[in-house]
Amino acid sequence: MLQMKQIRKIYRTELVETHALREMTLAVNKGEFVAITGSSGSGKTTFLNIAGLLESFDSGNYILDGEDVSRLNDDDRSIYRNQKIGFIFQSFNLLPDLNLFENIDVPLRYRRLGKADRKQRIEHALETVGLASRMKHIPAQLSGGQQQRVAIARAIAGNPRLLLADEPTGNLDTGMAHQVMELLEEIHAHGTTIVMVTHDPELAARAGRNIHLKDGCVLEDELTDTQEDIPQVQGLNGHEPLVAQA
Amino acid sequence: MFKYNIKLAFKSMRRNPAMTALMVAAIAVGIGVSMTTLTVFYMMSSNPIPEKSDVLFAVTMDSWNPLRPFDEDEPERAPHQLTFHDAERLLALAEAKRQTAMFESSLIIEPLNDDDLPFEAGARVASSDFFTMFNVPFLYGSGWDKSTDSSADPVVVLGKELNERLFGGEDSVGKSLTMQGIRFRVLGVTDHWEPTPRFYDPINGGFQEVNDMFIPYSLTRVLELRSEGSDWGWKSEDITSFEQWLNSENVWVQYFIELDGARDRDEYVSHLDAYVGEQKKLGRFERPMNNNIYNVEEWMAYHEVVANDSKVLVGLSFLFLVVCLLSTIALTLTKFVGKKAETSLRRALGASRKMIFKQQIVEVGMIGFTGGLIGLSLAALGLVGIEYIYEAPGGLVKMDWIMVMTAIAVAVISSIIAGLYPAWRVCRIPPATQLKTQ
Repeated sequence: MLQMKQIRKIYRTELVETHALREMTLAVNKGEFVAITGSSGSGKTTFLNIAGLLESFDSGNYILDGEDVSRLNDDDRSIYRNQKIGFIFQSFNLLPDLNLFENIDVPLRYRRLGKADRKQRIEHALETVGLASRMKHIPAQLSGGQQQRVAIARAIAGNPRLLLADEPTGNLDTGMAHQVMELLEEIHAHGTTIVMVTHDPELAARAGRNIHLKDGCVLEDELTDTQEDIPQVQGLNGHEPLVAQA
Repeated sequence: MFKYNIKLAFKSMRRNPAMTALMVAAIAVGIGVSMTTLTVFYMMSSNPIPEKSDVLFAVTMDSWNPLRPFDEDEPERAPHQLTFHDAERLLALAEAKRQTAMFESSLIIEPLNDDDLPFEAGARVASSDFFTMFNVPFLYGSGWDKSTDSSADPVVVLGKELNERLFGGEDSVGKSLTMQGIRFRVLGVTDHWEPTPRFYDPINGGFQEVNDMFIPYSLTRVLELRSEGSDWGWKSEDITSFEQWLNSENVWVQYFIELDGARDRDEYVSHLDAYVGEQKKLGRFERPMNNNIYNVEEWMAYHEVVANDSKVLVGLSFLFLVVCLLSTIALTLTKFVGKKAETSLRRALGASRKMIFKQQIVEVGMIGFTGGLIGLSLAALGLVGIEYIYEAPGGLVKMDWIMVMTAIAVAVISSIIAGLYPAWRVCRIPPATQLKTQ
């Protein structure tokens, strides 16, 4: 699904160079649930940004879903992000003056899908996260956990091949964090590849594979007990699967 | 996507009403000021009779002082008007398709009812061709025929407003009114006619109102009518009678002709040269031969109907618009940079730079459109103010649909131009830098 080979990323200012990734080599297979851990400054977010095509890199190779994305121009990277990648952020990143329906609609609009198709996907995604009855509410009317579920609905409405989650439970209390984690596990169970950055060892342990970064390099890469070989192929809540098959 | 961008623009405008109001106000004030001056300029410089402006010509002949030119600053220019006897002679020769001699005068109208008081009304004294040449619209009746040009019948064509004052606006054709002790028969009533500029007489003011009524040129002698418009003389003459006045070298009669086409122009000038050649033999026209005819637009330019001050004012007002737009650029930049977290998110969700750029441009376009609408209202107020201050005739300062569309187009286009840089800046922001911190 994702193959990075000797990726190097350096942030430069007039005075200093910061090596965020040092020839990182990493592969994530289709259908894996990978947790990325590491201390602050270890390169977790840089890795996620590069994996999500939000940032370029200085050298190395990156193949995403069989395509060498280092050759893509900015427009093509936008299309790739829109069609193949779903993002979940720590601070939810919902647009405050759009209601839930409109928030989930944003990436679908950029894909230029038809009105009926968009509506069906949005309603389905909201049902999946259990918020179908709140689609006309604005984010401020929801709790943090509910907002993160909306963000997840937005991420999965486009049936992405890869879901990138940057500390998705970082702003949530323990109860809500577990709910969100369960939702991610359900999505993974239906075949979506998930890469999640987290500081929480308990949540990391629930992923199938843990990668620990240090100083921009992979320090440890190990499978956990929860690794399942083949994801289930069945829709959530009795619906058709929202996410692509591995 | 355009509809979606309009919806987003509305939401964005509502999100920060104070900033939006400032941007709209900056554009509205700029548009209001620039469109006020531009409308006045446009009305002043518009072609008042486009369908005939290239076949109607004002006639000038240089009968001025042999020792110095009529205009010391522009010595090539002949007097703007003719002597009475030259105009009378040209009328008699009738070498053009149509021709009219004319001047401004006024007459005292005696009351129709015992309760009313006599009052003075402005009159244009003209030949019968005047109405046809200048496409004067009639509400009732018509002008006088050619026979009246020689018979000097006391007939009158009333303007619409004077007819309302005298006859309550009803069809007054065939009715009579008394002026200067003579009973005039009403032949016609003109409909609203307010050519702007008043092309047939820029000498006495291109933006004066059209005269209250029209009477035959042939009545000049009968009523001993004198021009109340401009009147220039150079020769020291002993004038003791009206007839001597008519035969003097004073120039006070305006002369217009209509030709079949612009190609007849040289032929008519040759005709004027021939006439002046004859007059030279009689000891007149001692200056070098200098006969000219000017079509309507040339005549307007000749008299600088649109003063240079007006052009400067338009330029200054557009400079003011530029200043307003610079303020708009600053405000737009502030607003767009304030939205960089949202923009980064949209980029992360799949919006290309082009899509983000278009979204911002639609938003500034909407702000410009709103500013344009408010600016139009301000311009309308400005025009009312100009009308009030300068006591301008009503027709001069009206905004037609072309100016309304121009105002909206200028507002939208200029605001889009003002938004180009901020939109470009915001769509270049790397998305990753904002997502973590939102």
